Amino acid sequence: MTTDTLIKITDLRQKQPRFRGLEAGHRACLGCGEALAARLVTEAAGPDVMIANATGCLEIFTTPWPESAWRVPWMHSLFENAGAIAAGMESALKAQGKSTKVLAFGGDGGTFDIGFQALSGMLERGHNVLYVCFDNEAYMNTGIQRSSSTPHAAMTTTSPPGKERMGKRHLKKDIVSIVAAHHIPYAATSSVAYPSDIRKKIRRAMAIDGPTFLQIHCPCPLGWGHEGDESIEIARLAVQTGLFPLVELERGGLAGVMPIRHPKPVQDYLRRQQRFRHLFVDDLRAQQELAHIQAIADHNIEIYDLAGTGRNAQDSEGMSLVRRGGDRWA
Amino acid sequence: MLQALEGSQAVARAVALCRPQVVSAYPITPQTHIVENIAKLVADGQFKCEFVSVESEFSAASVALGAAMAGVRAYTASASQGILLMAEVLYNIAGMRVPLVMTCANRAVSAPLSIWNDQQDSMAVRDAGWIQLYCADNQEAVDTTMQAYLIAERTELPVMVCMDGFTLTHTLEVIDIPDQAQVDEFLPPYQFARTLDPRNPISIGTLISPDYYSEARHSHHQALLNAQAEIIAVDNAWAALTGRSSGGLLTIEGPAEATVAILVLGSVLGTLQASLDEYPPAIPVKLIKLRAFRPFPAAALRAACAGLTDIIVLERALSPGSGGIVGLEVLAALSSVSAPPRLYNFAVGLGGRDIPLDIVSRLLAALETPEDRTFRIIDVDITRLPVEDR
Repeated sequence: MTTDTLIKITDLRQKQPRFRGLEAGHRACLGCGEALAARLVTEAAGPDVMIANATGCLEIFTTPWPESAWRVPWMHSLFENAGAIAAGMESALKAQGKSTKVLAFGGDGGTFDIGFQALSGMLERGHNVLYVCFDNEAYMNTGIQRSSSTPHAAMTTTSPPGKERMGKRHLKKDIVSIVAAHHIPYAATSSVAYPSDIRKKIRRAMAIDGPTFLQIHCPCPLGWGHEGDESIEIARLAVQTGLFPLVELERGGLAGVMPIRHPKPVQDYLRRQQRFRHLFVDDLRAQQELAHIQAIADHNIEIYDLAGTGRNAQDSEGMSLVRRGGDRWA
Repeated sequence: MLQALEGSQAVARAVALCRPQVVSAYPITPQTHIVENIAKLVADGQFKCEFVSVESEFSAASVALGAAMAGVRAYTASASQGILLMAEVLYNIAGMRVPLVMTCANRAVSAPLSIWNDQQDSMAVRDAGWIQLYCADNQEAVDTTMQAYLIAERTELPVMVCMDGFTLTHTLEVIDIPDQAQVDEFLPPYQFARTLDPRNPISIGTLISPDYYSEARHSHHQALLNAQAEIIAVDNAWAALTGRSSGGLLTIEGPAEATVAILVLGSVLGTLQASLDEYPPAIPVKLIKLRAFRPFPAAALRAACAGLTDIIVLERALSPGSGGIVGLEVLAALSSVSAPPRLYNFAVGLGGRDIPLDIVSRLLAALETPEDRTFRIIDVDITRLPVEDR
């Protein structure tokens, strides 16, 4: 490594956010995608925020009384009301003429399922709130039960495979489309495997006066069945296979996607997780499910044009890794 | 100023005079007129606040909670199914010791579906940890609303102002609405000590282990018990300012020599007063109006019952399979008295059933059979029931 390169890296590091909203020392599991994503979100959002956090792992592992890992004003009320608590905070700040941005944090259970109505109400009423959904695709806090975010065929404790079942029978709910259908200014998906993408989207949402939504795909090593040091690789494979497309929607219309250029087969992603191990046995149903999941990925690739035909070649998934701090996916 | 106002309209004005900066509301009969009137005051520019029309009572309570945590006075109102849908948030608000005020326009709880008045809804959340004050008339509902904010802010406990649906909310009465200067003097601007503020970040609503939970519950219980003094002090302050008391924890009326009393909550007091006027009983009878049900004023109640031989507890709710709710608590409070009065317990006026004007003489008839003091719902036509339910 040359001196020049070293200087450049230092330079880049200088540009990294200094503020940490979520400190080290919390009690998340090794390799927790949600903990990393929450830190990245609070770093990018900065200190002038107020957080309404739904019940879930994030709430539990950050605040075992009398300790707290948060350096920003933070409140947990209940499982299903993060959207409404945030709406109340925002109304109060508005009434006082304060500009502090309100963030709402929820897992997929708190967002897709039990907190769905409060979220919809908050979006419809146009509150200036950034809602972040940390999507690890099941109720991990209670011990891995299926949610409406759990992907098709995944094994959870309430969607176990067996003689009559091949894991979850239903599809993953397309929450970002439903959220975007409220015609809010900005709704997007991101992944913990792409920190610069998270930063970019959080900054974008922070600058908007109105309801915004970011769904961040976060592996749960315990729930998905992989080693803690594989979290980032596995999250990246979800994107690279087309199973978790990174998209941006403005006022309900598609405004951007992160092209993946050379989609990988879904088996590359599924094979590394115990929650899909029942799909890798000599069983016709398993083969059918694998084909089914590949079809879901192919469908995403088609509707979001993830292969990126006709776009700038620089503008692709791999580029974000080398061009951190660049314009497009910085 | 004296004005002829519907109960809901008067309460809406009272709320506006308290200057909450966030009001969240979801419609439910018979609370609707309250929030409609608030919305109109806001639309007409007579009341400046963020009026948030939410998508459920669950969110109504949550928005009020979020607003209070972000540093403002907040208000919401509901009834019946709405109170039950809010129940989880009500416990949460109280457990976090957040000073909030809400009105419960008391209504029966489904099933069978009834939009009419009883007090099953607020009784269902009596253990949520809120202060509960029951209003006998609309003037009390107005005055108690102002008082509720001061009590809440001094005790860091939420207050539920209970007023009977329709009987009060939809009834026109001559009411004295205080002026803004009076209310401002009584209720100064307030800053909640645990407001969320980026300059001094705190975490609220954290996970608590068994090592601390019992202490949290004890402190909440003790705070409610201690709030009795504050409820009296605030009512006295209000009386000094306006000349009107709402009755502190409880009030007693009737001849001092009476050894029989009837204890009630809410607007049924007026019905009993009318009954006594219309059908004067053979023996003197006292009326005890229980204004504070939470905290339960056991000591005040024991004092009020001194010299009584019989007490009849009349309530507008029940605990099926057990009996009266208030009756049982009164019985428990009196258990430490030597020679306590005999207690008779009845439910009346359920689901909006009219209370007969000869109610007092019917109640007093029960005193003739002191050996039978089982709880009963008054005015049940058992011939309409299947034999096994009679």
